[in-house]
Amino acid sequence: MEPIKTFTSKTVVLPTDNIDTDQIIPARFLKATTKLGLGDKLFSDWRFSADGTEKPDFALNRPAAKGARVLVAGDNFGCGSSREHAPWALYDYGFRAVISTSIADIFKNNSLKNGLLPITVDAATHAKLVAAPGAEVTVSLEAETVTLADGTVETFSVDPFSRYCLLNGIDELQFLLSQEADIGAYETTMDRKSKKLESPRTE
Amino acid sequence: MSHPRTLFEKLWDAHVVRAATADTPAILYVDLHLIHEVTSPQAFTSLRERAVKVRRPERTVATMDHSTPTTPRGKDGKIPVLDNAAAAQIAQLETNCRDFGIELHALGSEGQGIVHVIGPELGLTQPGGTIVCGDSHTSTHGAFGALAFGIGTSEVAHVLATQCLLQSQPKTLAITVEGQLARGVTAKDVVLAVIARLGIGGGTGHVIEYRGSAIRALSMEERMTVCNMSIEAGARAGMIAPDDVTFAYLEGRPRAPRGAAWEAAVAEWRKLPSDVGATYDREEKFDAAAIEPMITYGTNPGMGMAIGARVPAASNPTLAKALAYMGLEAEAPLLGHKIDVVFIGSCTNSRLSDLRAAATIFKGRKVAPGVRALVVPGSQRIKKAAEAEGLDRVFLDAGAEWREAGCSMCIAMNGDQLKPGQYAVSTSNRNFEGRQGAGGRTFLASPLTAAAAAITGVVTDARNLL
Repeated sequence: MEPIKTFTSKTVVLPTDNIDTDQIIPARFLKATTKLGLGDKLFSDWRFSADGTEKPDFALNRPAAKGARVLVAGDNFGCGSSREHAPWALYDYGFRAVISTSIADIFKNNSLKNGLLPITVDAATHAKLVAAPGAEVTVSLEAETVTLADGTVETFSVDPFSRYCLLNGIDELQFLLSQEADIGAYETTMDRKSKKLESPRTE
Repeated sequence: MSHPRTLFEKLWDAHVVRAATADTPAILYVDLHLIHEVTSPQAFTSLRERAVKVRRPERTVATMDHSTPTTPRGKDGKIPVLDNAAAAQIAQLETNCRDFGIELHALGSEGQGIVHVIGPELGLTQPGGTIVCGDSHTSTHGAFGALAFGIGTSEVAHVLATQCLLQSQPKTLAITVEGQLARGVTAKDVVLAVIARLGIGGGTGHVIEYRGSAIRALSMEERMTVCNMSIEAGARAGMIAPDDVTFAYLEGRPRAPRGAAWEAAVAEWRKLPSDVGATYDREEKFDAAAIEPMITYGTNPGMGMAIGARVPAASNPTLAKALAYMGLEAEAPLLGHKIDVVFIGSCTNSRLSDLRAAATIFKGRKVAPGVRALVVPGSQRIKKAAEAEGLDRVFLDAGAEWREAGCSMCIAMNGDQLKPGQYAVSTSNRNFEGRQGAGGRTFLASPLTAAAAAITGVVTDARNLL
């Protein structure tokens, strides 16, 4: 995972509220055993007709959207299924940030582990972004700011630990693995108190 | 003495390995980790890349459900391979479980079934525990007074490797349902009514505790239906305090404690319900008697209404888009709307009591001409139990399909799916665009309502057929 610090990109806008992870990546594409290539299937049913051709009206298919790294989406983005394939697909397609007025919990957690920055802004800022698809924004994770095309600087916040990991390209598993002392101590206490999952393996 | 605590707070406190600091979230211990074929392969890859073992293999249990075919077995008992990618994914789970020493209830075994159905069935799901799975409907297990929530694949790797997760503490939301449900109103209708009021994002950042006399009156299977759909309001988890109903369900299950250990466990579990005076960050109250059989009209589970109501006006772009996708006219009734498929199954409504409820409608009647009705038991054990009491004959005699256990048409990645434009009444949990097959259109409802639609071929108030 490459570190995220500061980057400038034009936006692509999907203003619909409650875009669920089944839209981001339909279930039929979850049969893979790797993370690779999911960007091709991103928003598949919105991007492509049944015959596989691109739907020209869909925002991601417009020529101006090519190369955009910031997705501006309606409220409650990423609701529904816990599939991490959703942030994998967005990242693989090229997105590095999603901006909305709110972002669903599991999707937010998954995104933070995959170099995709979930950014929540107020309704007024969001309205400005929605009104100007393709506008350039600068996202700084260091400063926790989004600078809009008109120069306005809006702040956002990411929990300190996720921010540290993203800025440094560190993954959380490495951190957890280094907490052996505390985990081991907890288990020793717990195993003495409770054997409830230690029942026989054979039924 | 410590302050009065909620059920959630007690479970959270008991599982904190290390409290949150200014720089790091809390480390939370996981008692039970459930895995399935779709969201686990990349997690095992992550372990292999680091040469890390599974820390507590006896605390992870695997099954296969999402991408598995539910087509009836061949005469030779063989499971048909419908899809090479799915078959490869299933084989990968077998390899992973073998390599890492994890208990697997594989396709074709008597313990196989939907992950959220088999956990409780085996007695693995117990009060007071933390339970996670790479699946958002893990909230189902909260029905037992467990803290159970869905995680992503990175977190699946975290749990495999460390038995822990990094978590920030969610807020609490009490959903209090008092009174008695009317005849023909089910647990599914309760939770659809809750989601219709909260909205699909209304529970974001919260753990729900369902409480009140109407919740206490529910069976365990009904409580599972309610907790299952907590995520459809955006909540991390849903929970119900354990009581004698919980203990009666668990006692004697294969993996529940026995003898003195059982008595000791029950004594501990009795301490779990929220203390008198415990406070929640938020509370919503519902009158059970006012809840009607519910149905969804739109493209998320929050777009639900009483079955006799009219579809709302297309008052905003999101609603307009939903109604356009659904091919529905604003302000028109749904009763009498023609349907093509009925799906009875999923982790929401595939347990024995759901099948019995559906059978009361199917018995002695025929599925309407041109309607396809699938009945998909949640597990192989449920299938066997249903067959032992003749439910399979009721469904087959009516002209419905009786399938093998799995997620089936809830997720449409296993061969069971709607054709573009088709309408389905489904007992599952999501009516998102394309959820049940690209272009398919879903009305979510209870097993009674689904069965009634199968018989009449149109959206029907099941109370007229009871």
